[in-house]
Amino acid sequence: MARILKKRTLTPVTRLFVVEAPLIAAAARPGQFVITRVREDGERIPLTIADFDEAGGTITIVVQEVGVTTRLLGALEEGDDILDVVGPLGTAPEIPPGGHVVGVGGGFGAAALLSLMRELTSRGDRTTAIVGARAKDLLILTDELGAVCDSLELCTDDGSAGFKGLVTERLQQLIDGDGDGGTSPDRVLAIGPMPMMRAVAETTRGAGIETLVSMDPLMIDGTGMCGGCRVTVNGTVKFACVDGPFFDAHAVDFNEAVRRNKMYADLEHAAADRQATACQGAAGGA
Amino acid sequence: MPVKRVDKTPMPQRDPGLRAHDFLEVNEGYDLQRAMFEAERCLRCQDAVCVEGCPVRIPIPEFIHAIAAGDIAKAASILRDANPLPAICGRVCPQESQCEERCHLSGRFTPAAIGHLERFVADWEREQPACEAAQRPWRDEKIAVVGSGPAGLVCAGQLADMGYSVTVYEALHAAGGVLRYGIPEFRLPNAVLDWEIEVLKQRGVEIVTNVIVGKTIALDDLLEKMGFAAIFIGTGAGLPKFLGIPGENLNGVYSANEFLTRINLMRAYDFPTADTPMKAGKRVAVIGAGNTAMDTVRSALRMGAEQGLIVYRRSETEMTARLEEYHHAIEEGVEFHWLTNPIEVLGNDDGWVTGLKCQVMELGEPDESGRARPVPVAGSEFVLPVDTVVLSIGTTPNPLLLSSTTGLETDRWGCLVADETDGRTTRARIYAGGDVVTGAATVILAAGAGKNAAAAIHRDLAAARQTAAG
Repeated sequence: MARILKKRTLTPVTRLFVVEAPLIAAAARPGQFVITRVREDGERIPLTIADFDEAGGTITIVVQEVGVTTRLLGALEEGDDILDVVGPLGTAPEIPPGGHVVGVGGGFGAAALLSLMRELTSRGDRTTAIVGARAKDLLILTDELGAVCDSLELCTDDGSAGFKGLVTERLQQLIDGDGDGGTSPDRVLAIGPMPMMRAVAETTRGAGIETLVSMDPLMIDGTGMCGGCRVTVNGTVKFACVDGPFFDAHAVDFNEAVRRNKMYADLEHAAADRQATACQGAAGGA
Repeated sequence: MPVKRVDKTPMPQRDPGLRAHDFLEVNEGYDLQRAMFEAERCLRCQDAVCVEGCPVRIPIPEFIHAIAAGDIAKAASILRDANPLPAICGRVCPQESQCEERCHLSGRFTPAAIGHLERFVADWEREQPACEAAQRPWRDEKIAVVGSGPAGLVCAGQLADMGYSVTVYEALHAAGGVLRYGIPEFRLPNAVLDWEIEVLKQRGVEIVTNVIVGKTIALDDLLEKMGFAAIFIGTGAGLPKFLGIPGENLNGVYSANEFLTRINLMRAYDFPTADTPMKAGKRVAVIGAGNTAMDTVRSALRMGAEQGLIVYRRSETEMTARLEEYHHAIEEGVEFHWLTNPIEVLGNDDGWVTGLKCQVMELGEPDESGRARPVPVAGSEFVLPVDTVVLSIGTTPNPLLLSSTTGLETDRWGCLVADETDGRTTRARIYAGGDVVTGAATVILAAGAGKNAAAAIHRDLAAARQTAAG
């Protein structure tokens, strides 16, 4: 059980939770994740540790409501307990110090950049975060990210905030020397939806900029036991839960990763629809 | 006096046609009458060689005599003193290669049904009202047990009985280790496991789930910061092996661990009531022929598969599965493809499995395991049309804990080096046993290792107390 101490609604479908988890907060490194379960007979889902506070004994997780479990989680309130939270899992990315690191966050992936960018900035790296969303009100945690990066670049599809266009278009401009301070990135870290991470990989491939992506495959135990999270990197099979989640973006087999993530899409959609119908039914009957 | 009857009293079993489609237990258990009838067959040997075949050395003739005399409470007490997990071992032990193999009845007669009788007594005990108040630790030392599988549970139970304060750390959200995620409901009902764990809690064992030692808590912190006097590592062999053949990452290829975990731990058979989905397939090929392979293929049938295949590169003789599971699998319609070596998983344009390409093998000279080495027959390739492939070719210890600390030696298979008689590792105050030491083996060997380590921990702590006092 882990108590929710604070809940914030970031967008209509994105919630931030500050959760009491002292052991995890003490052990966590930026970029690691937890696995949670929200009800008996519930599934286990991985969630990035967006931030952690060892002194306060808390971790911060950000959840986008896309399926049965994330909706149940999103419906929890301050004072409620999350049934199971286990971690920290995965391996923190190793980023050589001293360069200009650009973190690219798509959608709720922006949250995962928070503790990573803070660590890099505080050890003296030059840091830029590029975060994107469809429109201004879907951008999340921009103030928090701005506070931990040397520069923050906002991108929106409709131009309602910052650069009008995709994060990869802005990233390309930075590579071309058009960023704040004009230094082109030495390293890129991309966290977000698979198509975005893939596009980032293609953007940096030509220039040969070292790029890490945070893979988000299906997982059960998160400790290397089930092997469901297999990702092919440079022709070698890796378990994202223990070897990852960060892998060389230019070596990941994205076709396979996308295909494997859709393995249960039909069942998951059907379950989500049933859940939505059940909720409407309950609301109508009330 | 023993009564001469050639055959074991049969174990009542559910009809194969019915049971192959649900997860209810196959064996129904003896009733009192059957148990006493079978108990009469025991020869009451002076040299009880059956006990030597038992890794936890249950005084077998004694508990069987108590059954014959109708004193089931006495039988239960004898059993429980020797084996903290009788309801589980009575169900999953390979008795045919242990106690029952040594039984003097074996040969001309079938051996006494020691396993069935153990299960009967434990099930009887399970139905008795719980009467004892919770046992409280009376010693100062705290002991940490890492992993709540059979080795850890047995070690914890023994130490609690010796008065120690014992905390078991489990990585998953439910205790039991492989007993929980691996062995299916139809062979070991969760209710039985829950009960055994409740008994341990009653005896003072504390179980903390959702803690991964090596990740959530450092192993060294247990000793240095958290005040544990000793640690027992019983983390099992949880890392699945893959073959490394083309097509292994196609959709529809699982490790047996994943396949069974989705079903047993996550209850995917109850989807969408339970939230974990699964596509177990209509034609399922399981590669391997151990107990896990049998569990997997029989689970596939219960998940709705029309065809369940065992694909094994050796022959029936080299199969490692427990005999009863093999017979049950045959009764339930499992097809066996012996001397069949998978060389590629085939898929369609969408990346889903469509077949398993295999080659025929023949047996050659014995290999390093002492079993005849399978050799490919040239030009014998063929395709089994299947939509799901499950790899059940073994597991190795999970390196997660061992790579997070130093000074614990491992062998070339990744197994933790520990003395098999007392569980001592290459570091003081750290003991280990079960699959993490031996590689994937049986529940009862793990239980035996847990029991031996508990005794060693007790001896070593007692010696330390004496040194401190002297």
